[in-house]
Amino acid sequence: MSIQLALDGVNRSFDGFKAINNLSLTVEKGELRAVIGPNGAGKTTMMDIITGKTRPDTGDVLWNQHIDLTRLDEAGTARLGIGRKFQKPTVFETQSVEDNIALALKDDRSVWATLFHRRSDADTARITELLDLVKLTDARDAMAGDLSHGQKQWLEIGMLLAQDPELLLVDEPAAGMTDAETMRTAELLRGIAGKHTVVVVEHDMDFVRALNCRVTVLHQGHVLAEGSLDHVSANPQVIEVYLGR
Amino acid sequence: MTALIDRRMGIFLAGLFVLTVAIPLGNLAFTDRFVPSYVVSLFGKYLCYALLAVALDLVWGYCGILSLGHGAFFALGGYAMGMHLMREIGDRGVYGNPLLPDFMVFLNYDALPWYWLGFDMFWFACIMVLLAPGALAFVFGWFAFRSRVTGVYLSIITQAMTYALMLAFFRNEMGFGGNNGLTDFKDVLGFNLQSDATRAGLFVLSAIALAAGLLIAKAITNSKLGKVLIAVRDAESRTRFIGYRVEHYKLFVFVVSAMMAGVAGALYTPQVGIINPGEFSPANSIGIVIWVALGGRGTLVGAAMGAIIVGAAQTLLTGWFPEIWIFVLGALFIFVTIFMPQGVLGVIENTLRRRPAARDLTTAREAKA
Ligand SMILES: Nc1ncnc2c1ncn2[C@@H]1O[C@H](COP(=O)(O)OP(=O)(O)O)[C@@H](O)[C@H]1O
Ligand SMILES: [Mg+2]
Repeated sequence: MSIQLALDGVNRSFDGFKAINNLSLTVEKGELRAVIGPNGAGKTTMMDIITGKTRPDTGDVLWNQHIDLTRLDEAGTARLGIGRKFQKPTVFETQSVEDNIALALKDDRSVWATLFHRRSDADTARITELLDLVKLTDARDAMAGDLSHGQKQWLEIGMLLAQDPELLLVDEPAAGMTDAETMRTAELLRGIAGKHTVVVVEHDMDFVRALNCRVTVLHQGHVLAEGSLDHVSANPQVIEVYLGR
Repeated sequence: MTALIDRRMGIFLAGLFVLTVAIPLGNLAFTDRFVPSYVVSLFGKYLCYALLAVALDLVWGYCGILSLGHGAFFALGGYAMGMHLMREIGDRGVYGNPLLPDFMVFLNYDALPWYWLGFDMFWFACIMVLLAPGALAFVFGWFAFRSRVTGVYLSIITQAMTYALMLAFFRNEMGFGGNNGLTDFKDVLGFNLQSDATRAGLFVLSAIALAAGLLIAKAITNSKLGKVLIAVRDAESRTRFIGYRVEHYKLFVFVVSAMMAGVAGALYTPQVGIINPGEFSPANSIGIVIWVALGGRGTLVGAAMGAIIVGAAQTLLTGWFPEIWIFVLGALFIFVTIFMPQGVLGVIENTLRRRPAARDLTTAREAKA
């Protein structure tokens, strides 16, 4: 197995506060990884650094062991094959559900290609397939802004899959979902892992258990423990900072 | 695929076509001038404003770039055409200098500044009408969008841009006629600018330019690129994370819009007979925003309507009570933003939509009973 993503000694402070503190982490190709940790542990900031939204003060972030991600911006990392779902669902509210997916579909992103783009039958078929997968077929022509919170989460997952990224960074996908939806999300992420690399940040322990994967515990911007959920749950430090509360 | 000419666009273009036939015909076909000549130029001027409003709506309504400097692109297009018209005067100026425009003779120039070269050729001026505003928009947008300047900050620097240009063009040393600007034009391509036929021709050209501008803007906004623009407007950061280089999209639409504004300015100058630095004034650029907001932002057709409505109202009101016009415009803007967020077009369309719906409801109730 080769390494998809490697963070090595990454630091990042905001006004003197160390949000990310000597963080090192590797994720293998095709792996499904859960990242847990209390609020403010630096989980979202870690994703910001991987996607080029935030620059680390020091440290390396390597893609496929040779590309330095810290030199790229958001569009650059996206084009490389990193897709991201935000903690707060963000979809294009004034556009239809179908158009939201269409905009995310893997394609040439240049101005000219987009200006003269004609939607192919294959595109339409793919959109139909994705809408089916995220259970939004009936909402195809609805405005994305009119969807419920849970549906927006699904739409954003659909957009993420439409990009067909190599690595999916998924920030708290279960927020606002019912228990049944949460389990379905876990199932879906398990299903796409293997073909894609998936890193999921989540608070919901039932969800993490359902993912049934390696878990990294983050605390104060640093990796506190790593291993199976049972393994990290037994770690006294982890119990103290997180699970014990 | 949404049609290029939807209902809204179809009705507007049909109305524009009727005007384009009726106004010149009413002026030229009757010996007693059923439509007075000044009305032809006046409406031609409104059509240029309408094109300018469409240009602004393209960037503001669809991409969220609130440019408060679009008057600068309009003025640059106007100056480019004005420079050609000055050179076409030739030796018929007051000083009779075959090469130098009157103001240069007056200011003791002994040669034509290098940047006036080529403007004796109409085609060259036409290219500059597009190139000058386009290049300014490109350079300005390149730095602004790459540095991710957005929102109020972007609006402020666009104001600063047009203000700086106004000050520059006011200076005699700039070689653009200082505060008098360029004027006393005689003819264009050999057609006398004072003749009714030429004025009618310019009016028709303005109408064609407006229609073309509307259709180009519509084609852009209908395309996938248009959807990216709306995505940028509504969730810029999300758009980046999907892999679109937002700054390239903004730059593209900003440059297209600036060129459109330049064409509007180029048609404006010969119809009004003068172009001066006042066109760069920050207040002018804010006026364009008011037209678009009043007509209906993000509708293209509404923007054109807003410009024509305000233009007509301005002509009437400044004639009746010149002192209060500016206050009326201000009040109008406040009224529209508070009570008509979708502008005049939104109000019209909502009214038309509500009526048949209400009828359906009553028939449904009757059917139940
Ligand atoms: N752009 C920023 N400016 C200032 N502080 C920030 C910024 N981004 C994150 N932080 C701080 O970094 C810490 C980690 O935040 P975050 O990564 O959102 O945590 P998590 O996602 O694990 O809850 C928090 O204390 C937060 O306030
Ligand atoms: Mg977070």
